[in-house]
Amino acid sequence: MLIKKTTKYSLTENSVTPEAVYRDRRHLLKQMGFVGAGALLASSPVLAGAFDIFGNKRQEKFVGRRLDFAPDLSVKNETLTPEAKVISHNNFYEFGTQKQQPAELAQSFRVEPWQLRISGAVDNPLTLDYDDLYKSFPLEERIYRLRCVEAWSMVIPWVGFPLAALLKKASPNSRARYVAFETLYDPEQMPGQRSRRIGGGIKYPYVEGLRLDEAMHPLTLMTVGLYGKTLPPQNGAPIRLVVPWKYGFKSIKSIVSIKLVEKMPPTTWNLLAPSEYGFYANVNPEVDHPRWSQASERRITSGGLFARNRIPTLAYNGYGEEVAHLYKNMDLRKYY
Amino acid sequence: MVTAAITERNKTLLLKSVIHLGALIPLVYTYYLAVTDNLGGDPVEAIIHFTGVGAFNLLLLTLAVSPLAKKFKAKFVMNTRRLLGLYAFSYALCHVLNFLFFEIQFDFSLFISEVVKRPYISVGMLAFLLLIPLAVTSLGSIKRKMGKSWQQLHNVSYLILLLVAIHFYWSVKSEIIEPSVYLLFALFLLSLRKDKLKRWFKRTRSERPEKMKLR
Repeated sequence: MLIKKTTKYSLTENSVTPEAVYRDRRHLLKQMGFVGAGALLASSPVLAGAFDIFGNKRQEKFVGRRLDFAPDLSVKNETLTPEAKVISHNNFYEFGTQKQQPAELAQSFRVEPWQLRISGAVDNPLTLDYDDLYKSFPLEERIYRLRCVEAWSMVIPWVGFPLAALLKKASPNSRARYVAFETLYDPEQMPGQRSRRIGGGIKYPYVEGLRLDEAMHPLTLMTVGLYGKTLPPQNGAPIRLVVPWKYGFKSIKSIVSIKLVEKMPPTTWNLLAPSEYGFYANVNPEVDHPRWSQASERRITSGGLFARNRIPTLAYNGYGEEVAHLYKNMDLRKYY
Repeated sequence: MVTAAITERNKTLLLKSVIHLGALIPLVYTYYLAVTDNLGGDPVEAIIHFTGVGAFNLLLLTLAVSPLAKKFKAKFVMNTRRLLGLYAFSYALCHVLNFLFFEIQFDFSLFISEVVKRPYISVGMLAFLLLIPLAVTSLGSIKRKMGKSWQQLHNVSYLILLLVAIHFYWSVKSEIIEPSVYLLFALFLLSLRKDKLKRWFKRTRSERPEKMKLR
């Protein structure tokens, strides 16, 4: 008899995108092109003006490659966010601050060659080249909820490997207490880094950080794909972090450097507005963002304007059973 | 004389038609895209932003009317001010209802607490509430009955303009360039009323003691 062990973060069957929709993804992709154009037409004159510069250059669409991975069979309880939305609604300010901009401006982003360096307080510093990202560790699918600090959320089937596996290979030494991540800095390719107007005035390169125990947690995923294929550029190709119990801005994209360090590293949004974004940024319905409530969220699935999708936000985004012990005895109002 | 009057009337009609089309077509089309889930990943965020920025654009246009009409001595431009103002109000109404219906989804206690607790929303809501009496008193018959006090009431639009600019600036995470440009536009339009605002402040100051004497 097969006894299946499920964990609390497991999603169940009705959460998964209907298979027909999953299979129909190419068609959805095509529709997306229409959405992109529609959204462009509908935006205000000022915004439309900003696009004209790029509108003339017709860019090739990034095509993902299918990956080999162990599917996530544990998750059955939630509706997946359709792939078309996962890849068209992105906060990736390197390619523009508006949600649809990264999908428009990132298509010709070069992900190969790529180098990801693991350095700092490790006995075995190492560099992963583009192919190593997919071959060094067995890939697995993880269906996770993603909760943005802006109070919307998605459910996404990521593909990747635990960060712990990578860190173990580098073997952190006794001085390693935090992990500092850095996004590629390449203003030629990333218009947001070139222009304050497009990039929203945050400091680049984007940096993020985790405590070592958070980084070693089995839920923390180095992600190279979604919906079974390599990551599209707008979602942080070729490799990004996904920390499902923290607000989305912790899940840094297009990573070139992982450094083990002694002191708590600076993080981009915390530098910009320390009273609004903390280092920990654990999803917490009890602690509001100063300018909006975090008690509930809108789950983005399918359905238009009339989708009733406001749901309560769960502590640690529903992963409390797995991660709450990391923050035992910590005042979460102080360490938000 | 007669022909001149007719052309003026035709010009007014033409400009009004352009305003109707320019305001209604994008609104209806954007709602259509949002309802059918073709307005990007999150149609709710998109429609809230569209109606908010639209209301601001229309408010700026409304307040640009009288300086433009004066400069070009074009009365027909002046004739479109009420229509533009009413469209600004309509977009603002859609903006507030979008927030309540689609973002908050009728959780009235959350709606109230957000309006009270979040300063940028409070400022926006105040601007909207101040717009209501202006929209109501835009009826010709009411305007005539109100006489001089109509203009005094409608001078509130300068305050509304400032509140809306602050609301927009305050609502963004870090992308302050667009709201800054809007703020500059708003200040420019206010600077055109510099003399009027100065006189207005002086009068309200000197009027108060007089009124007390009369009583």
